[in-house]
Amino acid sequence: MVQVKLFAQARDLAGSAEVTLPQVVATVAQLRRELTQRLPALASLVARSAIAVNGVYATDDTPLGPDDELALIPPVSGGQR
Amino acid sequence: MIRLTHEAIDYTALTESVRRPGCGAVVLFLGTVRDLTGETVTVALDYEAYPPMAERVMHQIAEQTQARWPVAALAMVHRLGRLEVGEVSVAVAVACPHRAEAFAACQFAIDQLKQLVPIWKRENFADGSTAWVHPNVHPGSTQQEPTDQHAHQEREGQAQDDGHAHDRR
Repeated sequence: MVQVKLFAQARDLAGSAEVTLPQVVATVAQLRRELTQRLPALASLVARSAIAVNGVYATDDTPLGPDDELALIPPVSGGQR
Repeated sequence: MIRLTHEAIDYTALTESVRRPGCGAVVLFLGTVRDLTGETVTVALDYEAYPPMAERVMHQIAEQTQARWPVAALAMVHRLGRLEVGEVSVAVAVACPHRAEAFAACQFAIDQLKQLVPIWKRENFADGSTAWVHPNVHPGSTQQEPTDQHAHQEREGQAQDDGHAHDRR
């Protein structure tokens, strides 16, 4: 079981600030797939988002441990230069 | 001083905090809430953050900026919560011996902040509709940049009460 923090539009679409995935996920890439399957409404946003592990940006091959704090980080507010 | 705040940003105090005798140049950047996005009228913005990560990334950006330019002091504050048009949402102050490096360092810091610090804004438009601003793709995502930079700003039909979405951190 793994919990993932959701923010901004992802939280609104999911209706919750956190989503619980029942299965064990071993990598960030697998986490993306499970999130998309569990919450199809988030699919396009998940693809455009970063994943943070313990408050640090992760890459798709980052391994995940059972006590890691996971968060979906949608594109940030940005703004034109 | 590097932090998030729910209070109005005292940018005079922020600017004073970076002044040093060896620095002949202080650059202050203020980001303020703009009233128009294209032709759509904005009345307010709601800013939210993933606070511990946001402050950590802000510290990393400060370190990178100080590694690239002779920055004697750098201060960076971002405001959260509801901001009306004209209010200051973010302030970055940089002090360097000379102005060219102070301008360059300040621009680098704000550009990095806008791309990497996990802070999001929701537009509240004059017609009552709202929209999260999630432009393009996050640099940490696996997707390539789309060509239409406005493709992903989807308007939601009407104002939402997201009071049910409690952050349980």
